[in-house]
Amino acid sequence: MAPVYQLANVTKAYSGRQILRIDQLDIYPGEILAVVGPSGAGKSTLLRLLNFLEAPDSGSIYFNQQPINYQSVPLEIRRTVTTVFQNPALLSGSVTANLLFGLRLRGQNDGQNEVDEMLERFGLAALRRSPAHALSGGEAQRVALARALILKPSVLLLDEPTANLDPYNAEMIESVIRGVNQIHLTTIVLVTHNIFQARRLADRVALMLNGEIIETADTRTFFENPRDSRTLRFVRGEMVW
Amino acid sequence: MDEHLHICPYQSIQVIFAVRNRHFKAGPGLETIISGIIQGLKLFFSGDPALWQIIGVSAQVSGAALLLSALLGIPLGAVLGLTRFPGRRMIQALVYTGMGLPPVVVGLAVYLLLSNNGLLGPLQQTWIPKLFTVEAMIAAQVVIAVPLVVGYTMSAVGEVSPNLRLQVRSLGATRLQTLGATLWEARRGVLVALIGGLGSILSEVGAVMMVGGNIDGSTRVMTTAILLETRRGNFELAIGLGIVLLGMAFLINLSAAQLQGKGH
Repeated sequence: MAPVYQLANVTKAYSGRQILRIDQLDIYPGEILAVVGPSGAGKSTLLRLLNFLEAPDSGSIYFNQQPINYQSVPLEIRRTVTTVFQNPALLSGSVTANLLFGLRLRGQNDGQNEVDEMLERFGLAALRRSPAHALSGGEAQRVALARALILKPSVLLLDEPTANLDPYNAEMIESVIRGVNQIHLTTIVLVTHNIFQARRLADRVALMLNGEIIETADTRTFFENPRDSRTLRFVRGEMVW
Repeated sequence: MDEHLHICPYQSIQVIFAVRNRHFKAGPGLETIISGIIQGLKLFFSGDPALWQIIGVSAQVSGAALLLSALLGIPLGAVLGLTRFPGRRMIQALVYTGMGLPPVVVGLAVYLLLSNNGLLGPLQQTWIPKLFTVEAMIAAQVVIAVPLVVGYTMSAVGEVSPNLRLQVRSLGATRLQTLGATLWEARRGVLVALIGGLGSILSEVGAVMMVGGNIDGSTRVMTTAILLETRRGNFELAIGLGIVLLGMAFLINLSAAQLQGKGH
């Protein structure tokens, strides 16, 4: 199966400091790829590149076998990918307004049915008219995920989606992620610190350290029989960061 | 002891002013002020044609100047607040300088530009306003208000979280849609920008006097009329206009406060 993303020799630096240096990374359609690693490893930067929000300094990124020119990424390509960030950046206005936002950007003004469906699915029906700023952390993160999923992206990028959430909200979000992947075959890249979450959800896991992909393997191999000693230390919880 | 030693500094100034103008007319006492307020209110509510004509011109000049300032200033402020390009800091410094421009200097500059011997006047183009017209006054007001609108808008959009802008882009917004969404999120700050611009327009007197000429029935606005009527000792009309000006400012700010409350 041809990869959705093919990254080769990709680098990215901020203020002269190298943040990313990826020799090769392929992401396949319909998989959940968990990217784990310590803070500052470059995981969030990788997501921004995958969402075409920032350009790499060098290297090539192919999306569905098409080379991406970051100076002019076609809108139809950009709109197949969306990110849910760790801190749910909700717009002022109601929960419903937030869910409708992406649809309206696409010129779709009548999305009430989709909104109702999402509100039900995420247990947000009672909050449909609530102002976004009045929501709890868990509710806000559910709104952020619903707002992304209502767009039916073919690639969903999740940056620590359950960090700082209580077990109930974390479990609900994990369940939705699994469901979206299984039912809609959405490709998901999940950045997480939580290796247990990676093990529960991912088909493959990649370890990032200092901007480099150290190892990518299917979940069982990654956790039970890793090739790289650093992966082993990470999995055993021996890596201090 | 000389009698004049017992008069207060305010009275001294009035006396000097009157002597200089060879009118030697006493300034307004408390009685005159109270009577002026009553007369002013009477003029306002009786629909005094002179008063309402001035209010009409003021509304026309202020409304057009604010609209143009908003059309120019809000997009420019948003772009300066959100984008990075070489020379941006220089432009920002110019904007901040523009926010403190003395209105009479603006009046002088616009006067020199539009006069028949100026840079634009001799071009005789229809889009170039002529001196001593409402259009010239609008042009001066726009020059004064635009930097304020740009500066406040720049600051307002700069306060919108970069994460939110990134999220909006990630949801598939074009650059223009991102700009629109950011402005919407910064709407309270943008409203403050417009109020600031309107405040400078409404209170301005020097520039409009210079380029408008304070011509009765044509370019006389509230501020220039207040100045003129005060000099004439015609305090009733001056106070009436002052009340209207204050009332307008209050109503505008009240409406803005209401809008801000709704936006929250």
